[in-house]
Amino acid sequence: MVQAILFLPLIGAVIAGLFGTKAFKQLGTDDEVYADHAHNAPSVEHSHDQHGYNGPPWPMYLTTGLLCIGAVLSWIIFFGFLQGGHDGEIELLPWITSGSLKAAWSIRLDALTAVMLVVVNTVSALVHVYSLGYMSHDESQPRFFAYLSLFTFAMLALVTANNLIQMFFGWEGVGLASYLLIGFWYTRESANAAAIKAFVVNRVGDFGFALGIFGVFMVYGSVEFPVIFAHAPDAVGKTIHFLGHDWDTLTTLCLLLFMGAMGKSAQFLLHTWLPDAMEGPTPVSALIHAATMVTAGVFLVARLSPLFELAPHAREVVTIVGAITAFFAATVGLVQNDIKRVIAYSTCSQLGYMFVAMGVGAYGVGIFHLFTHAFFKALLFLGAGSVIHAMSGEQDMRKMGGLGPYVRITQAVMLIGTFSLTGVGIPGIGGFAGFHSKDAIIEASYAGGSTFAFALLVIAALCTSFYSWRLAFMTFSGPTRADKEVLDHAHESPPVMLVPLYVLAAGAIIAGFAFQHWFMGEGQAEFWGAAIYRSPDNHILTQMESVPLLVKWSATIAMLAGLGLAWLFYIRDTSLPKALAAVNQPAYQFLLNKWYFDELYDFIFVRPAKWIGRVFWKGGDGAVIDGLGPDGVSAAISGVTAQAVKLQTGYVYHYAFAMLIGVAAIISWFSFGGIHP
Amino acid sequence: MIGLTHYLTVAAILFTIGIFGIFLNRKNVIVIMMSIELILLSVNINLVAFSFYLHDLTGQVFALLILTVAAGEAAIGLAILVTYFRNRGTIAVEDINMMKG
Repeated sequence: MVQAILFLPLIGAVIAGLFGTKAFKQLGTDDEVYADHAHNAPSVEHSHDQHGYNGPPWPMYLTTGLLCIGAVLSWIIFFGFLQGGHDGEIELLPWITSGSLKAAWSIRLDALTAVMLVVVNTVSALVHVYSLGYMSHDESQPRFFAYLSLFTFAMLALVTANNLIQMFFGWEGVGLASYLLIGFWYTRESANAAAIKAFVVNRVGDFGFALGIFGVFMVYGSVEFPVIFAHAPDAVGKTIHFLGHDWDTLTTLCLLLFMGAMGKSAQFLLHTWLPDAMEGPTPVSALIHAATMVTAGVFLVARLSPLFELAPHAREVVTIVGAITAFFAATVGLVQNDIKRVIAYSTCSQLGYMFVAMGVGAYGVGIFHLFTHAFFKALLFLGAGSVIHAMSGEQDMRKMGGLGPYVRITQAVMLIGTFSLTGVGIPGIGGFAGFHSKDAIIEASYAGGSTFAFALLVIAALCTSFYSWRLAFMTFSGPTRADKEVLDHAHESPPVMLVPLYVLAAGAIIAGFAFQHWFMGEGQAEFWGAAIYRSPDNHILTQMESVPLLVKWSATIAMLAGLGLAWLFYIRDTSLPKALAAVNQPAYQFLLNKWYFDELYDFIFVRPAKWIGRVFWKGGDGAVIDGLGPDGVSAAISGVTAQAVKLQTGYVYHYAFAMLIGVAAIISWFSFGGIHP
Repeated sequence: MIGLTHYLTVAAILFTIGIFGIFLNRKNVIVIMMSIELILLSVNINLVAFSFYLHDLTGQVFALLILTVAAGEAAIGLAILVTYFRNRGTIAVEDINMMKG
């Protein structure tokens, strides 16, 4: 069954990608093609899809259908694990065998995999369905759906991997799919730039990840998870020689692997690609850049918990990086005006929360937040897509406002997503999905003894609440700032886009209290089993129970404060934000420009890289290689021949003269030198 | 007394004049043909002189043969020249450079 889950998306991607394209469309009967043209041409209400898609719809339905099957199967597996399923390893085929390096293509099936299967397949299936509506005007839909399915396959390969190599395959596969989808509208220059940026920044992280894999192989002599985990304690206290120093082996390995996680999960310093990735279509943002791919880093740390548990220093770094990311992204999110960018920074921030949970050893809590976050963040993104759809492509919140009456359902589900993200609930009783997981992380950070992380997370929670409500208020409430023309066209999305929203909204409400028991409650030890390893002296979950009451309430208080502030700023007195920005101009600019990270990186890395590139291009390649190589040789030949041509004057007497000289020379030679045999 | 050396000297001078006639000639093709005739004649003088000196008639037979061939050659050369003039309107040596690379 799990094999089917893994390979159905690949089948869909291959068929839709290879046979669903325009070339195949032309093989269809002429009647169909002309009928489509005839149907499209006089269409008045869809006047903007003159260049719309007029191929067969089957590639879209095929990929969506396969994904839906996969999603249902994943839930079956997941529920099996809720009732105490058995871990399994299914070896599909041997893959790499080179000396002592053995990597098989296999599936590791345990609770962690089951959770990720559910997250990936559910969101992917819903995004496929949603895209049927959202992308219905796009002329290259088969390509889009093929990419989506390809991404899903790569992500599934990642989460089902039983060795680091297969994981790396999935890791790079999702990176590729992300690149393709960010640059899906490849005629836009900004989309291409964003795609390249995402790819390059991820390479930085992947460099560390690859080094980590090499290191693991060097230390343990294997890349298979069962072997590594069984022998993990062997490396405790040992040192490894790296960069001219002796380092603690496990700390080094974990930090290198975490570097990969930082790149993929857009953590502080390697986060710059994520906001730019919003150039892609909105369903892509929901699937890849909110729910699944960016959580791969969190998954990696959870999967490698047996290693991280033995490297407390590495986990401290994870905690600090996560906390800084959560805080940093939340502050930047406060002032962004692009609706998708706000949510992108929110994603970045929430990923920071997950890493904090990982860092303090509360793996189950982190994965739980991953699980709930997938629902409400995908919901927010798809809701934002619905808003953008209604606004004819407008993404700037300054040109929205007062949309509530036009898109009632979207507003409702977006509010549910906001409730969930900000963590609405009553401590001790229950609330929306995000409440259970996020507040648990904040408690865990306190229980884990990291006051620094705790403080940053609470501030981040305040910011989260503020920017989430700011988004909601600026979009749906108050007087409208939209153009009248746009507003006249504003309409609720079709049902095909609303159904995924309903499903996700349901998830955003109930995923918290429905599954809390297994992820981090009493049933957690039994549920996770061997999937997540916690060392005997890791008592984070029991410590979480006994945190002070104020800590338990801190997140809720922060949430309420953020809500109050947002209400004050964007409902009560809408001139306040401008006044505040005017007073604190430097701070405002600092946040608006995302802490100047792009400028900094541009100065430190991009420009020197471009300069070096230009030197090598113009100087190295152009002047030296081409100058001495092909160009030089051809220039020399043409120079010599130009001289040789001058000998050939065309005058008969010149030729005769040459002949005479030759004869004279030969005769002289023989007459003075004599004839010697 | 006029000996063999004198004949050979005359032939050499004639030959050289013929050669120079070909190469220093800037005017027209007829001069080249005349130079060639001159070269052939110098060779004839050589042949006849050696024939007399060695008392061997073969050289004089050769000289007659060369005269015949030279006559034929001159006829053909002039015929080509006439045709060429008809086609190109000139027989100036400077303009005959179709083989120029």
